[in-house]
Amino acid sequence: MLMLKVKNLHVKVADKEILKGVDFELASGELHVVMGPNGSGKSTLALTIAGHPKYEVVNGRIAFEGEDITGAKPEERARKGIFLSFQHPVEVEGVKIIQFLQRVLKNLRGIDEVEAYDMIFRAVQELGLEGSILSRELNVGFSGGERKKLEMLQAYLVKPKLLILDEPDSGVDVDSLKVIAGVIAKLHSEGTSILLITHYGRILEYLNPQRVHVLKDGKLVVSGGMELVKLIEEKGFAAVDADGTAVKA
Amino acid sequence: MAQRSRLEEILKAGSLEEILGTAVPYPKEIELKGELTRDMVEELSRIKNEPEWMLRHRLNALELFQKLPMPRWVVGIEELDLENLTLYSKPEIGKEVKDWEDLPENIRATFERLNIPEIEKRFLSGLTAVFDSESVYSQLKGEFEKKGIIMLPMEEAVQKYPDMVKKYFGRVFPAGEHKFSALHHALWSGGVFVYVPKGVRIPFPVEAFFVIGSALEGQFEHTLLVADEGSYIHFIEGCSAPMYKGFSFHDGMVEIYAHRNATVKFTTIQNWSRNVINFNNKRAIIEENAYVEWIEGSIGSQITYTYPSSVLKGEGARTAQYVVSLSNGPFMKDTGAKTWHLAKNTSSKIVSKSISANGGINIYRGLVRILKGAKNSTATVSCDSLILDEESKAYTYPHNQSDEPSASIIHEATTGKLGEDKLFYMNSRGISEEEAKSLIVLGFISEILEGLPFEYVEVLKKVIELEFSEVGGVG
Repeated sequence: MLMLKVKNLHVKVADKEILKGVDFELASGELHVVMGPNGSGKSTLALTIAGHPKYEVVNGRIAFEGEDITGAKPEERARKGIFLSFQHPVEVEGVKIIQFLQRVLKNLRGIDEVEAYDMIFRAVQELGLEGSILSRELNVGFSGGERKKLEMLQAYLVKPKLLILDEPDSGVDVDSLKVIAGVIAKLHSEGTSILLITHYGRILEYLNPQRVHVLKDGKLVVSGGMELVKLIEEKGFAAVDADGTAVKA
Repeated sequence: MAQRSRLEEILKAGSLEEILGTAVPYPKEIELKGELTRDMVEELSRIKNEPEWMLRHRLNALELFQKLPMPRWVVGIEELDLENLTLYSKPEIGKEVKDWEDLPENIRATFERLNIPEIEKRFLSGLTAVFDSESVYSQLKGEFEKKGIIMLPMEEAVQKYPDMVKKYFGRVFPAGEHKFSALHHALWSGGVFVYVPKGVRIPFPVEAFFVIGSALEGQFEHTLLVADEGSYIHFIEGCSAPMYKGFSFHDGMVEIYAHRNATVKFTTIQNWSRNVINFNNKRAIIEENAYVEWIEGSIGSQITYTYPSSVLKGEGARTAQYVVSLSNGPFMKDTGAKTWHLAKNTSSKIVSKSISANGGINIYRGLVRILKGAKNSTATVSCDSLILDEESKAYTYPHNQSDEPSASIIHEATTGKLGEDKLFYMNSRGISEEEAKSLIVLGFISEILEGLPFEYVEVLKKVIELEFSEVGGVG
């Protein structure tokens, strides 16, 4: 079954076209990787699928489990099973993490507060996080690594159908990277479909993607297997030209 | 200029019909209208069968009222026509004043979702004047009597305990302070007198409206609380549930006298219908090693002016003033706190939290003065504003002044905004805009909620959730 289908997607941000016709399909249970240089539109793709209002779809469509969600509100997309792990999670002052997670579990999984409380504490232990994190405010004063781990904790609790990860490996140390990759691998093994956006190949050592896409200047220029990752690591993104011929040759 | 025209707009939108949809008739037993004259004040005093000294007190206040200029810091109500105000109105006590169906729909809708018992609902919404619960609260009254605690309507106290009332009434917050305090002293009606004897500690918060009925809900109510040496009381007036008000101008007063080693916590949460211009005069005098804590929460009204004040008179006296103001919609809160340090080793803390949404305006106006000789005194002021959208505003006007070299004042201020990215983060977790706002607001004021009884906080949380739900701004 198709989990996600992106068809001829054109996206504008503040009158500038960032995505210029993106097509791809992600089947249920698959793990796809999107790589690409800075400014190629990777985060735009992630934020557009999650429904950020600043990202305007000028053409094309996004279908989730066969249903067109191009115009759906972000909270509706979340309720359908899409979860975005942010590259830069924002600080939300005043909102305690425990209360936030309880609300998220209630809204996305229909779990009551008391049960959620137990689940959250168990999950914190399972991921090897500090329990004290729960009484802090959402991302307030968090380091980059802490923010990424909190995103993983949320994904782990929500168990989404589709997990979109926007550079989960940027700005984290090796130990955190292992925790993050572990959560992704676990969710994947439990059936979550995954769209992993990354700049480096580092995190892929821990994972086993079905397909790798390369995004350059707002277009997917080539799709293939892990050999693409090797090529990019050795020769850089320049090795993959606009129509992907370098790889094909 | 823009600010001024905005305020004019707010005021214009302030008629009962416009804000609530339809006007609700408010039957009155006695009604005095028109010009405020000596005759009227005399009549008021006669109706209340007052002793000569109270009549003189009123007439002095009237004279001051006529002499004093309109305070310059009152923004927005320059056009208030005092002569046309209904200055004294007494609801017909003893029977239902209104039908449930007569209440504005949004007030009813909120109550239906608050899950509070019918009997409390009718009382809290202002439907009945007397809270009809014989068992629990009359028992409580019995307990109070045994311990010598006095808690009764102010008019009764004037008759029964004239010496005690005379000793404090108007001494903490004198009539001559400004035009509105003078008006209040000339026309006061209703309110409560509380006396806690030496060493008596009331171990639970007293929700005054259950003990004293509607006496606190007047237009010019006067509350006087005297805590004798070493006593303790947490007094809660008002309620976070929406309350319909039949008057459009409120000018109440609270005077607190905390004697040596006494502790007084005084909590007010006001959620009145949006037809009311609310003026509140609150002050405490705090003696040696005594402590007074104000919690002042303003949710409702069209415009509210309130600045709980503490005079740290005795050595080692302490105070904390927590002020929470929510302006959701085209309404304004002009709130803050005032503290005077007059003695050595005194300390004060002001925590102000304002929330502006949907075009609401919050103004913080604060004063901290440490006088020369108030050695080693400390004051902290923290003033946080949360602005939930582009149309809403928050302003802060702190005034901190220390004339004592060994004293210190620390001032912190923050402004938080709910930007698009924060909101999207919450949305992407399945939390709607309305839910996100109420979560953020409740988190923002959580420090203040900690000091309140559990049931009270539950109602307050629900009220704030509803405030940002589709039911919208209440009453």
